[in-house]
Amino acid sequence: MAEKEKKEKPKIPRQKMPEQEPRVRAKNFNEVPFGYTPELAQLEASRCIQCKKPKCIEGCPVEIDIPAFIKLILDGDFVGSARKLKERNSLPAICGRVCPQEDQCEKVCIVGKKEEPVAVGRLERFAADWEREKGEVFIPEKAPATGKRVAVVGSGPAGLTVAGDLILKGHEVIIFEALHKTGGVLIYGIPEFRLPKDIVQAEVNYLEQLGVKVECNCVIGRIETVDELLKEYDAIFLGLGAGLPQFLNVPGENFCGIYSANEYLTRSNLMKAYLFPQYDTPIARGRNVAVFGAGNVAMDSARTALRLGADTVRIIYRRSRDEMPARIEEIHHAEEEGVQFYLLTAPIKFLGDDNGWVTGVECLRMELGEPDESGRRRPVPIKGSEFQLECDMAVVAIGAGPNPLLPTTTPGLELNKRGYIVGDLETGKTSKTGVWAGGDIVTGSATVILAMGAGRKAANSIHDYLMSK
Amino acid sequence: MYKITYKREMAENTVCHFKVDAPRIARKAKPGQFVVLKANETGERIPLTMGGTDPSDGTIDLIFQVVGKSTALLRTLNVGDAIQDIIGPLGKPTHVENLGTVVCVGGGTGVAVMYPITKAYKEAGNHVIAIIGARTKDLLILEDEMKAASHDLRVTTDDGSYGHHGFVTDVLKKILDDQKEVKLIVGIGPVPMMKFLCKLTKGYGVKTMVSLNPIMVDATGMCGACRVTVGGKTMFCCVDGPEFDGHEVDYDELVKRQRAYLTEEKASMDRFKEIGR
Repeated sequence: MAEKEKKEKPKIPRQKMPEQEPRVRAKNFNEVPFGYTPELAQLEASRCIQCKKPKCIEGCPVEIDIPAFIKLILDGDFVGSARKLKERNSLPAICGRVCPQEDQCEKVCIVGKKEEPVAVGRLERFAADWEREKGEVFIPEKAPATGKRVAVVGSGPAGLTVAGDLILKGHEVIIFEALHKTGGVLIYGIPEFRLPKDIVQAEVNYLEQLGVKVECNCVIGRIETVDELLKEYDAIFLGLGAGLPQFLNVPGENFCGIYSANEYLTRSNLMKAYLFPQYDTPIARGRNVAVFGAGNVAMDSARTALRLGADTVRIIYRRSRDEMPARIEEIHHAEEEGVQFYLLTAPIKFLGDDNGWVTGVECLRMELGEPDESGRRRPVPIKGSEFQLECDMAVVAIGAGPNPLLPTTTPGLELNKRGYIVGDLETGKTSKTGVWAGGDIVTGSATVILAMGAGRKAANSIHDYLMSK
Repeated sequence: MYKITYKREMAENTVCHFKVDAPRIARKAKPGQFVVLKANETGERIPLTMGGTDPSDGTIDLIFQVVGKSTALLRTLNVGDAIQDIIGPLGKPTHVENLGTVVCVGGGTGVAVMYPITKAYKEAGNHVIAIIGARTKDLLILEDEMKAASHDLRVTTDDGSYGHHGFVTDVLKKILDDQKEVKLIVGIGPVPMMKFLCKLTKGYGVKTMVSLNPIMVDATGMCGACRVTVGGKTMFCCVDGPEFDGHEVDYDELVKRQRAYLTEEKASMDRFKEIGR
């Protein structure tokens, strides 16, 4: 009977999170959605049919027991739900916000076959926020000390996951971070309005409470090399991220006011230039902004420019809407806030004034041709379609590559032809004994959750290695 | 936190010398490398070249000119105070080898950057001629140190108040005319000085290295704020430099990029003068 009842249950629509009005939020840096209330969370949780063979778990890169954590929300045990999440995912408040659930758990949700899928991400966020805001964060028991020491290079999602997993297994863990703050892309890349920095800080604090040591301002490859670290530590994990900005390589790209997305977002997020002059780092406040690229980073840049007072922000992308790599939710939020989309448009050169400041960009119209090696239809320039767009600021958000600083100072570390570290996808092992790697530095720019998944696998492999050593 | 253990005002209080407790950086840093520092929570990240290091007492020397809010604020710190963040050593070290005769030219605060490099060339067995210059006598720094670090020191002031009346390039020209065996020139100073110096040395066909100081943010190659055009190619000064072949650098672009935030810098400085932080 219960089974039948469950199957018939979803008549309640997928619950939206209350959020700031687009016109209001486009002028502030506060987080866009407010999150579920307990009532909304329980209503949404009641849409889950608790499948006997849940597909959602398989859809999750870290295999969270999704039906179980949702059931606990339904039962009103919100703290218990957060702990269930943390059995598999040490950063649920972050993943609930930035995971592409529509391509993972929610994509395969059985409810989603007939109606909209259960809002797994919003529920994850709710439970994690509840635990943190109520001060109920639980410090688990650690395994007895093993006497083994592990150095984690980089404090982004991969590094934080490795550190969290290995400290619980009884190893000594130290994180080396190159910047002055921990969190990697979560701190310098993702804006406050999408991921409040307090949440990232809380996750790092939690690791420190567990006993993880954190040293900022350490650029490994300069202050210590990997080989030097290997003398002091039994294992090393490299979670370096994709820290090399790509540029368009068109004439005029070094005019003032043209930023890489890394620089623009780092100024705004890490350095808090949006609070200038309370904070000392300046940032150009363009009135008329062009953003190149159409991924999540491009959307973040465009929306940051709006919040810094731009009248016009244009996303310029050489393919069409269908090929835009950003999450639908991010594109939707950007459009709601007034970002304009210039699709099938490619920049060919920048224009500037006598002071060397950008004044515009010359573009070409494109049309879609045959599919290329990525399977997407290749954009082909339309002859004679050149036109100019004015802009007083531009952001190049067309992707990032591997930062060569550490790899080039580490002999014996195999790189692929694009410069990424070759790491086993199941274990994270590199060509160098005692050294593991994972996240964007292995796969190229991907998602927070995939980096965490890679961190989890590497942590398991490191643990096996340390215990058999 | 990085504690200040020594402070000295130089050049009529426009230049300041700190020794800062940073043992790991002191141990690792080589001539030509630099650090990035952030004075406090709300501070910006600014690159500063080290004027030297003392691995035995674990300190690094920071010599900086007060040019804006961040350096003005830094100067208000005293012995016992701490700088919140120092990141380094960054950039590629100077490539030092025994070439024969090397001329090291430092202008303004660039002399501080030049000092450890000059010392290194001398230690590598080169015959080192040093030229240091300033606008006026009182702004000249590290004369004694540079004298010790070289075999032959020449001094210039723009106003003639001390040493040769004129520019470092005048003295350099004379040396190049008199001596045919100069193998390398290293020039560090304000961009116009480096530009004119390189114009001169190009005519003599003598290899010239310069150390650039564009605006930086992370200084680990992650943001591209410090991009400079060298030989028609975009380079990141923080990881590809800071030293480049001076005959290949696009100085006009560098100057424009250094001036990108003049309005904000002025606003920041005005605010600092008003509220003192």
